[in-house]
Amino acid sequence: MQHLEELKQQIKDKLPELDVVVGWEQGFDPLRATPLFMRKPEDVDRLIWNPLCVHNLATYLTGLKGKKVGVVVKGCDSRSVIQLLQEKLISRDDVTVFGLPCTGVVSIRKINRQLGSLDYVEDVELSEDSITVTSNGQKHAFGLADVAADKCGRCQYHSALLSDAFVGEPLTDQAEDDYADVKAFEEQSEEDKMNHWLDVMDRCVRCYACRNACPMCVCRDHCVAQSRDPHWMTQEDSVQNKWLFQMIHTMHLAGRCTECGECERSCPVSIPLLLLRRKMNKEINELFDYKAGTLIDGKPPLMSFKVEEENINERGW
Amino acid sequence: MSAVDAAELRIVGFLCNWCSYGGADTAGVGRFQQPTDLRIIRVPCSGRIDPLFVVKSLINGADGVLVSGCHPRDCHYSEGNFYARRRLEVLKRFLPILGIDERRFEYTWVSASEGQKWKTVVSKFTERIHELGPAPKINESMVAQAKALAARAV
Repeated sequence: MQHLEELKQQIKDKLPELDVVVGWEQGFDPLRATPLFMRKPEDVDRLIWNPLCVHNLATYLTGLKGKKVGVVVKGCDSRSVIQLLQEKLISRDDVTVFGLPCTGVVSIRKINRQLGSLDYVEDVELSEDSITVTSNGQKHAFGLADVAADKCGRCQYHSALLSDAFVGEPLTDQAEDDYADVKAFEEQSEEDKMNHWLDVMDRCVRCYACRNACPMCVCRDHCVAQSRDPHWMTQEDSVQNKWLFQMIHTMHLAGRCTECGECERSCPVSIPLLLLRRKMNKEINELFDYKAGTLIDGKPPLMSFKVEEENINERGW
Repeated sequence: MSAVDAAELRIVGFLCNWCSYGGADTAGVGRFQQPTDLRIIRVPCSGRIDPLFVVKSLINGADGVLVSGCHPRDCHYSEGNFYARRRLEVLKRFLPILGIDERRFEYTWVSASEGQKWKTVVSKFTERIHELGPAPKINESMVAQAKALAARAV
């Protein structure tokens, strides 16, 4: 988009002081972007910035701890950076944030669903509000709004909340997020909900892509999914096991999840994982009036307490 | 249906060492009649209880889970139950989306001297679980059924 040259210049200016800057470049075909690690000024020329830059690059920050890192973030990604800073998992001095205003990213899965199958894409043309994908010699045009990721439709933070260098004009419009998707799902009967999860969780192949893509999953080699002591998960491929892992993930993200949707996007068998995280966030928001990734000096609600809780009643019998 | 007459269900109880476990002991010493469906697991403090203990029990065959600790402000470790209160409340509100009846899980506060109250809690909770009946058992046939239903919906 129009701010790309300005962004490149900003990165080039800062690059001498930094070990690496993380951005996006074109992947194996024009539709897929892939993370780009810029160490030399000539690497910066490969940088791209458009609605195909779906990855939340904050995921790499904890792995690059101790290095001077620059990271290019969209509005939603900046919340992850803030949450990591709040929990002191990364140091503010080591991180340089290049903030961008974002009008929404594309969901490759939605395009895939429309086309039926999506293999190598020969060409992609982007305009202000549409995307034209050329696959198998055929052109397919979509409105950007129709193939945008679900999270973009309810985005409240289009512009990076935190940045050392901001490129472009900040966007201020905010969509309403009333958790309509969670409410609609919850209206089903208990049995239907259970059956839904058993059906989708049975597809799980335990690749842990959801965990690896999650910017807030920072346990690395100590993840309880692989630990033998405590032994939370067995090696069995039963649905309970796979489902339990998602519950573990959701619980460990309670009050921390910034709803970037990387878990759901990275899932190779399209399990609607974000629904669980959003349900948790909805309850946290109602109980403690708290949104993860908005305040650097806030405190995660489950790491703190009040002697008198306003929204929790004393449980008398 | 009276909880005492019906076939036993499996209810797991996580009790803090200092208050509720003592309270259950007081109830026992006082020879109060209680339903016997509850299996008690003693933990150091209600703050020790990971909400995942509860979900793991519930998806692996428990019909109900009861958590009990010291009254708020009375924690042996000063603040363990304050943290527990937040976690358990969040868990209770989270369960419905999984398709698990949140009434199968309850948390409460019972002190070591409240033998009578412990009896009330156990009786009422056991009765509630008996009203709900046995929890659906997650096994291969249930998964196959869920898949068949999903396939029909498409």
